[in-house]
Amino acid sequence: METLEQTLARAAVAAPGAQLSVVKNDSPCAQHSLLVDVEHAYAVAKFLRDDPQLRLDYCSNVTGVDFLDAELSEKVKVKKVVDGVEKEVEEVKKTKRAGYLEAVYHLYSMALKHGPVILRQRTPGRADPVKVTSLTPLWRSCEFQEREVFDLYGVLFDGHPDLRRILMWDGFKDYPMRKDYAEPDDYEYEPTPHDEVLEKAKAHLPKAEVKA
Amino acid sequence: MDGTQFMTFHDLAYDAGKTDFQRKAEVIGVGREGELLEVAMGPQHPSTHGVFRMDVVLDGETVVKLKPVFGYLHRNHEKIAENTSYLGSMPYTDRLDYFCSLTNNWAYALAVEKLAGLQVPERAEYIRLITAELTRVLNHTCLAGFLLQDMGALGTPLMYAFREREKILDLFESLTGARMMCNYMRFGGCRCDLPAGWLAEARKVVAEYPKFLDEFDALLSGNEILMARTQGVGKLSAELAINAGITGPMLRASGVDYDLRKVDNYGIYSRYPFRVPLGDHGDVYDRYMIRMLEMRESLKILEPALKDIPEGPVVDPKAKLRGFRPKPGEAYGRIETPKGELGFYLISDGSPNPYRYRVRPPSLINLTILEDMCLGQTVADAVITLGSVDIVLGEVDR
Amino acid sequence: MDDGLRNELSKQGVVVVKLEELYNWGRKNSVWPLSFGLACCAIEMMAASMARYDLARFGAEVFRPSPRQADLMIVAGTVTKKMAPQVVRLYNQMPEPKYVIAMGACAISGGPFKQGYNVLKGIDRYIPVDVHIPGCPPRPEALIHAFMTLQRKIDAQKLTGPDRARHLNADLPSEFPVPLFGEHDLVPSKNPNVWRPAVVVR
Repeated sequence: METLEQTLARAAVAAPGAQLSVVKNDSPCAQHSLLVDVEHAYAVAKFLRDDPQLRLDYCSNVTGVDFLDAELSEKVKVKKVVDGVEKEVEEVKKTKRAGYLEAVYHLYSMALKHGPVILRQRTPGRADPVKVTSLTPLWRSCEFQEREVFDLYGVLFDGHPDLRRILMWDGFKDYPMRKDYAEPDDYEYEPTPHDEVLEKAKAHLPKAEVKA
Repeated sequence: MDGTQFMTFHDLAYDAGKTDFQRKAEVIGVGREGELLEVAMGPQHPSTHGVFRMDVVLDGETVVKLKPVFGYLHRNHEKIAENTSYLGSMPYTDRLDYFCSLTNNWAYALAVEKLAGLQVPERAEYIRLITAELTRVLNHTCLAGFLLQDMGALGTPLMYAFREREKILDLFESLTGARMMCNYMRFGGCRCDLPAGWLAEARKVVAEYPKFLDEFDALLSGNEILMARTQGVGKLSAELAINAGITGPMLRASGVDYDLRKVDNYGIYSRYPFRVPLGDHGDVYDRYMIRMLEMRESLKILEPALKDIPEGPVVDPKAKLRGFRPKPGEAYGRIETPKGELGFYLISDGSPNPYRYRVRPPSLINLTILEDMCLGQTVADAVITLGSVDIVLGEVDR
Repeated sequence: MDDGLRNELSKQGVVVVKLEELYNWGRKNSVWPLSFGLACCAIEMMAASMARYDLARFGAEVFRPSPRQADLMIVAGTVTKKMAPQVVRLYNQMPEPKYVIAMGACAISGGPFKQGYNVLKGIDRYIPVDVHIPGCPPRPEALIHAFMTLQRKIDAQKLTGPDRARHLNADLPSEFPVPLFGEHDLVPSKNPNVWRPAVVVR
């Protein structure tokens, strides 16, 4: 199987105008992924599916990932003049990163038995509406999984035929898998000390008992 | 009704050729005037496995629309796992597909091993293979029982299946301490070594199993009623199966040769020759037969593996149980469980808890085309079509 | 009638019992459970009724698919918030006398999934529970033990008097309000007439 860079180069030709980049993965398994902009996701995915060398006919896994606003710190080597001598000093450079939501697709080929090629779509921010392109018209297997990502993360999939809540009930308002989700407060006091649960339950402890 | 309403009939314009779905819709003439009956089958219904619900629209006895409704067992496995350590999620994986806790353990352990780059010692690989294949046998036996239960053969086949299940559960219990929720595998190996005499017991069970399968086959496989009920029912074409991401015995019943034990070559499956049974028609009978044949192949793997198992450690000494923090990165690990491809997608940010923990549930995705398979058939056939998909709600809803 | 005379009569082949004893004896040996599985525990519930454990010995093998025909509801598995209204509704549909066994840690308190946003922290927040079985999942033996406990409980029920069984007391409710789906949680999140937080004595 060709490398991800080669796939990227060919996909860029097949879907002109697509902004593609490789997201590096530092873990030992080195499953790097292909980041594609929302507008061209359908064209790139179609190329990946239909290209005779790749033939990624099987979309195994669709996932949402939530990244909060974060402050990234990276160590940068800077040349500085200290006491008249030029030295290389390590400085911590801090950058702010706006939060975003991701939809991740794991693609395999059943015909050629290779994979995975990982495709990512990123939303510009976390505020509503967060939209990405649905790949359900290409792979039917995305249907329920994209619904699940919508249900739990609140990502809207453009072009999905039946986008509604799948796991929670219809009147539910929150997106529970988001990192800043505040869960309902239904912890009554129970005499089973259990770290976090106990902390939550303590708020419901009758007043007299708190003193004791 | 509890607030869930029917959506309008969606004309899914798949450009993967106008598929079965649309052609069927045309044949049945969905949308024509007439008396249609809406039935919510489930969440408490004797034929829907667990708390699964199907909203069915019937024209007489014919299914013209079927929408599965999920979430009645959504117990937030992924959210809980993101708030606990890597090891802390291991017992929760048992409760995904509660028939096959050991294969779930393996899939999760495999994903973490990929994420952290751990090696598994030889003996542990053998134990994993043996327990996973025993799980496969157990699952398929029970499935055959449940499928027959759905067809109306109340009691007898399921009773036989559970009798055999108990024998395998005894093995699991003496190995792991629990009948169903084994919590046995660890990152880089297994939790403990085999107890004394376990191999001999396992060999006995494996040696006696073909006799039971022969009986079961003689009772069921050639049974005229079973064949009449299942052949030509719930057909699934290979193209649609691939496009819809169907995996496991259901995919192979449609004639697609895709078994992760052969494709990914994880564990030590490459050392043992076994065949991958394939179906011709993709109907309920083929799905049933594939499982009967797979059990025999599993036993073919088990027999030599139980003889070859070497001595040695069962866990990688470098693997840490406490304070386990994989380097930032991500990994997707998958194995062939009895239901299909079970995958775990993990993102680590270097902390003790996974940043993202995702289960790719075969049962949920195998239900994608339930409507396509059931359209135009009777309700009774929809029930056995669902039975042949082999779902476990713990995994569907997580 | 004193016990000596009763023993003497039984030796002669004449059995004399109170109506209450006869009534309870009949009821306790024909408890029909609702065939209703929620999660993992349901498999052990099935195993209990199958070949090795054979629940039929206790007269309870007749699993009824309809709540209208059932005496006993075994809440076997995690009750999610999406499922809780249905469980309460099923309970309401059962005719009196009716009993509930909460099988497994999840049905009792949410168990390992207690921290989940969609998990009900114990079915006894909405309906009264007669027997709790701990375990995750409880073994079939544990379910059989729960059955025997329930049988003892039925056996001790009175037909008359102020402490008579619930189904004979028109003042006590046999149906409980079904919670509604709210925007963030079930409304109400518990039924205070059925369940109150545990009082801790220190």
